[in-house]
Amino acid sequence: MNLTKNGNGNGGLGQVRDRLSLDPLRDAWAGAPAAVRWIVYGLLIIGGLLLPSESIGSFMAPSGVDWPGMLSTQIAIYVLLAIGLNVVVGMAGLLDLGYVAFYAVGAYTMAIFATKYHWTFWESLVLAIAFSALAGVILGAPTLRLRGDYLAIVTLGFGEIVKRTANNSDYVNGPRGVQGIPHPPSLSEWEILGVQPLKYGLLDARPYYYLLLLFIIVSIIFVKRLERSRVGRAWASIREDEDAAELMGVPTFKFKLAAFAIGAAIGGSGGVVYASQQTSITPLNFEFIVSALILAGVVLGGSGNLPGVMLGAALLAWLPERFRELKDYRMLIFGAALVVMMIFRPEGLWPSRQRKAELAEGTGGMGSLGAEVAVPEHDGPGPVETREEGK
Amino acid sequence: MLLEIEDIHVHYGKIAALKGITASVDDGEIVTLIGANGAGKTTTLKTVSGLRNLSSGAIRFDGRDISRMPGHKRVLAGIGQAPEGRGIFPGMTVEENLLMGAYARKDDASKELAEAYELFPRLAERRTQAGGTMSGGEQQMLAIGRALMAKPKVLLLDEPSMGLAPMLVQQIFSIIVEINRRGTTVLLVEQNAQQALQIAHRAYVLETGRVVKSAPARDLLDDPQVRAAYLGGASGDDLAAAPDVASASSAASASDAPSAEPADDREEGSST
Repeated sequence: MNLTKNGNGNGGLGQVRDRLSLDPLRDAWAGAPAAVRWIVYGLLIIGGLLLPSESIGSFMAPSGVDWPGMLSTQIAIYVLLAIGLNVVVGMAGLLDLGYVAFYAVGAYTMAIFATKYHWTFWESLVLAIAFSALAGVILGAPTLRLRGDYLAIVTLGFGEIVKRTANNSDYVNGPRGVQGIPHPPSLSEWEILGVQPLKYGLLDARPYYYLLLLFIIVSIIFVKRLERSRVGRAWASIREDEDAAELMGVPTFKFKLAAFAIGAAIGGSGGVVYASQQTSITPLNFEFIVSALILAGVVLGGSGNLPGVMLGAALLAWLPERFRELKDYRMLIFGAALVVMMIFRPEGLWPSRQRKAELAEGTGGMGSLGAEVAVPEHDGPGPVETREEGK
Repeated sequence: MLLEIEDIHVHYGKIAALKGITASVDDGEIVTLIGANGAGKTTTLKTVSGLRNLSSGAIRFDGRDISRMPGHKRVLAGIGQAPEGRGIFPGMTVEENLLMGAYARKDDASKELAEAYELFPRLAERRTQAGGTMSGGEQQMLAIGRALMAKPKVLLLDEPSMGLAPMLVQQIFSIIVEINRRGTTVLLVEQNAQQALQIAHRAYVLETGRVVKSAPARDLLDDPQVRAAYLGGASGDDLAAAPDVASASSAASASDAPSAEPADDREEGSST
């Protein structure tokens, strides 16, 4: 049996998909010695550090656009949020349409405690991460008994509630938002290659990019370690078949709550950096479209696979900015590109193998409503094999 | 009694699925619940394993009241289930699926893993294959093997013959007998009443959420009412396919060829 049995019957499409297969690369990576892996990790980090340079920017950004600014306010933030949302959607298989709420909780915590109580950036950061995680638990505790579509709708509502609350609360100036959020204190005036990577201010976006890069790296290490632990196995089982997971002795509710809290904490940390770089935030920064774009990035990249998810989010943040010269058509083309992608590679640009197998089976996560329905292969003594579940 | 189900009522919203089921399973038995679609067989099993909450009544296991115990803790208490529709983790390999079966255990499960491979040699051949890409019969074997990984005292099987070819049904049922012979109590839900009654010690007949009959399985095989309703005995026209299956199964037990494989399994089993 092949993995694309639920794909379309068109041979041409199948061939295209086979040619885009990443399996040889994956096998090489799986067989690579540890030293090679560390070298690759090192090169990736160096690549990440060099990304804001002008030579890369001249290609990546259209002329006249601040490439480091685009990197830090758009791309790196999206990548960080996608890593967080991937914990919820890709790893635990819970469809969350209100992820922006946690981003907002992080940003507003930073804004409130820095402007009203004069906490420093780092103190606010810790508090904001804790508050976001708490918001995840508060949202999750009553709603995680729901599944699939129902959970998606409730999370969608939660995203709106957070935004509306900010919009209608005088404490945070309602629709005008919070201004004068301080930049992080500069850690050092140290300069390298014309950059002061630890001096935060209005003029240079690069230090923020490096800060986000640090957050991204820490999140990747954290999430990867979780994925390989008992927690990761529990999430995978919940994603693939929640009832079966419970029957294996996995405390499904507890682990779903943990996924929400961890995803929320990562989203909140992104909000903190965003707030302090922008120095002002308004409820308009936390529209539903942010949740939708991050989710699109996760799915487009290959839900559940970290490199894929990061690639997807980066592309989604970058493409519309890069092709600004197309003016009004660019969103149209962007939408069409997403549709074409999902036809040719429904499992995403860079999916994990496990995920591909799940999707082939048609039960894989992201709001699947439970076990597959077995198809009778013969006419048994029970001629009508409907499921008892349906009553 | 190992497992006692006492007058349980279960509701889906306002609709009553179980209207007072009372049943019990003794240590070492194979007990089967038979009945038509919608009789409440699957709901009963799900309630025992904790996937459904009961509205009233009680479930006692090993002398303890487990009515309010969450499902994942019942695994440690000793209840294992191969769920309806098999519930294989499609993206995990066969071995990962089996190891998920031992998730709740803190000790080493390599002995049970070897035993599962010995009971189902086919799974050993498919060790690294993704669970979702296997055939229905292999998935059923995997579901049973996975449930055994937790070393359950009672194994709940929900329609293990569903969607399988007659020869595979034979094989699965002889494996169930073997599992029971090795000391695991079995509670079996089946629509294939003929097969279930042949291997079970006792049986309950369910109809629309109630137990309408309980008796030793042998007696029910000869019961004219049960024969007419579930075994395609008297009036066969609405169950046109049933005689085929019946003849196929009797052929399987009579001739050596189709039953050779399960018989092998059993010999291997008794040698350890």
